Amino acid sequence: MSIDVRTAAPGPRPGPGSDPTDPRPKPKPSMSAAAGISHETGWSVGDRVGLVAAWVCGISLCVVAASIVLFMAWKGIQFLHLDMLTTSPEASLDQSKTGGFLDPLVGTLLLTVIGIAFAVPTGVAIAVWLTEYGRPSGLARLVESGVEIVAGTPSIVLAIFGLLVFQQSFMGIFSFTAEGGAVFGRSFLTAGAMMALIALPLVIGSTREALNTIPRHVREASYALGKDKASTIRRVLLPSARSGIATGATLGMGRICGDTAIVVILLGASMQTTPESGFLGLFRGTGSTLTSYVYNNSPAGEGNAPDKAYAAAFVLLMIVILLNFVVSLIGKRNKPQWN
Amino acid sequence: MELKEDQPQNGSGPAADVPPLRRIVVESETVPIRVGDYAGPPDPNYGREPWQVGAGSEGEPVWVEERMRTEDLSIAYGDKRAVKDVTIEVNSGEVLALIGPSGCGKTTLLRSLNRLVELTPAAKRTGRIILDDQSVDDFDVTQLRSRVGMLFQQPNPFPMSIFDNVAYGLRERGSKKPRKKILEPIVVDALERAGLWDEVSSNLSHPALALSGGQQQRLCIARSLAVSPEVLLLDEPCSALDPISTSIIEDTIVELKSEVAIVIVTHNLQQAARIADRVAFMYLGDMVEQGAAGQVFGAPREERTQDYVGGGFG
Ligand SMILES: Nc1ncnc2c1ncn2[C@@H]1O[C@H](COP(=O)(O)OP(=O)(O)O)[C@@H](O)[C@H]1O
Ligand SMILES: [Mg+2]
Repeated sequence: MSIDVRTAAPGPRPGPGSDPTDPRPKPKPSMSAAAGISHETGWSVGDRVGLVAAWVCGISLCVVAASIVLFMAWKGIQFLHLDMLTTSPEASLDQSKTGGFLDPLVGTLLLTVIGIAFAVPTGVAIAVWLTEYGRPSGLARLVESGVEIVAGTPSIVLAIFGLLVFQQSFMGIFSFTAEGGAVFGRSFLTAGAMMALIALPLVIGSTREALNTIPRHVREASYALGKDKASTIRRVLLPSARSGIATGATLGMGRICGDTAIVVILLGASMQTTPESGFLGLFRGTGSTLTSYVYNNSPAGEGNAPDKAYAAAFVLLMIVILLNFVVSLIGKRNKPQWN
Repeated sequence: MELKEDQPQNGSGPAADVPPLRRIVVESETVPIRVGDYAGPPDPNYGREPWQVGAGSEGEPVWVEERMRTEDLSIAYGDKRAVKDVTIEVNSGEVLALIGPSGCGKTTLLRSLNRLVELTPAAKRTGRIILDDQSVDDFDVTQLRSRVGMLFQQPNPFPMSIFDNVAYGLRERGSKKPRKKILEPIVVDALERAGLWDEVSSNLSHPALALSGGQQQRLCIARSLAVSPEVLLLDEPCSALDPISTSIIEDTIVELKSEVAIVIVTHNLQQAARIADRVAFMYLGDMVEQGAAGQVFGAPREERTQDYVGGGFG
């Protein structure tokens, strides 16, 4: 442990060898490594400061995390009433008449389901292609950088890009089209599609990791039984990677739940879920989620219902913590283990 | 190099949905003793009496018949020749042990017999491999591999139930799955022949990866047997197992040899001496010497064999 602390110590530690004019003999690398754990020579002032800093940082993070949860719980429990979960929001200047956040809650769940329903099959397919085929290798590298770019793009950029795409007239089926033929571009489907891009890199990452841990001889055992690559993937590899896929999907759900930019830009401004008429009207309609509800009702937003914002934020936090808990549960079981 | 597995499998008609019947080996019928106009390679049984042929587990005579052979087989990984001009037969009714120091090409030779070596893009093969008088290249690779089964160094059951592992090779692609009722007798039979039935009969639906290492390896044997192979290739199948599991597997191998031709790669000379009828010694890709186990171990003809075998037997 002491070696980790030394590398974390701020600033270089002056020692023999760091100064060309230093007359002291330069120690061999092995000697200086040994000095790091030695109790006699180690622990200069820099080391001590570094060690204290590491402790302080670690403990402060715990304090920050605990205060987020405790503060939100205190506010949340203070303002949260069960009927908020079952009543729709209403526009009113009087906070007591603004209703609950049933629609945003359902909106969060709906958007998460849509996003993950797009992301999981696509992500698994990409991960399988990358690990099991991945040729020509130039194309594989291109796909990998594509995934990295999507992962690194800020969600507000994805949102504005999505608006651009889904307002094209041929994308009209995914959202509401006005009388003149202008495509609104905002709906659960279009927001869900962009949300899928947020979850996609996580699904790809953990699926690839799971596939990479399956030893080669397991694949070969399937080939040796006369199976081709396709059925080996379907019958052996994907079932083996199941918990990895589930982990990626759950992490992706957490990200989707918490994203605000895409909701604000691509899900419309209505607080209430507003389905379109016709086939799949709900998906083509607009609505809100817990994040946009908190944003709009917070003291910073227009609607002035901060109590409700705190209550909704608490519910959102609980959902995300629950998802994280599920991730660690999945990680603990169901993983096939070969020697 | 395009792998054959990548190609879509056409023509899996209704016949393909029916699991293959296990070939019942009736000893008097398996070996027509061929005399006279037979033009193939010399019949190993020619001129011998049945009791002179390899002995089964209970000491009863077992007929020996050629199943596979290689002719001047060479395999190179890029420029490196791993197997050099090897000519060898694989016979049913006996256990053939491939011995030799590590890196001498035993695994490569073994993997060429079911064309698994084709999965390595750099591998190039010359020479012929013949299964039942037909070049292995003429077989559809999936069909070849269900006739030439393989067991690996590490036990590798699939992450599914014991039953599904054994039934894995029997289930066909496509929508029609053979019903459990049809599969069950085959699965039970394969588990019995692999010597695992008594231990798992009450929990066929349990996950296979929960079994012990030795049980897993016997499950892998059962999984191979379920598709009724004619040849079973074993690549150091006991190297990851404890002595008790090893001896159980050795017994199973000896039991099986009357029905399936067995080729086993082993590092363990004692193991080869215990179970092999015929032994082939390889060194740096060359097939140095092959012959009856007693001869190779007792009176090796080649000096290199003597050096290697002598080390193991004092
Ligand atoms: N996939 C491969 N690519 C390149 N060389 C290989 C590969 N597999 C094996 N070899 C080489 O071929 C030779 C024979 O290997 P192998 O058949 O595994 O020997 P053995 O099983 O007798 O230990 C070794 O020198 C090894 O380095
Ligand atoms: Mg080997």
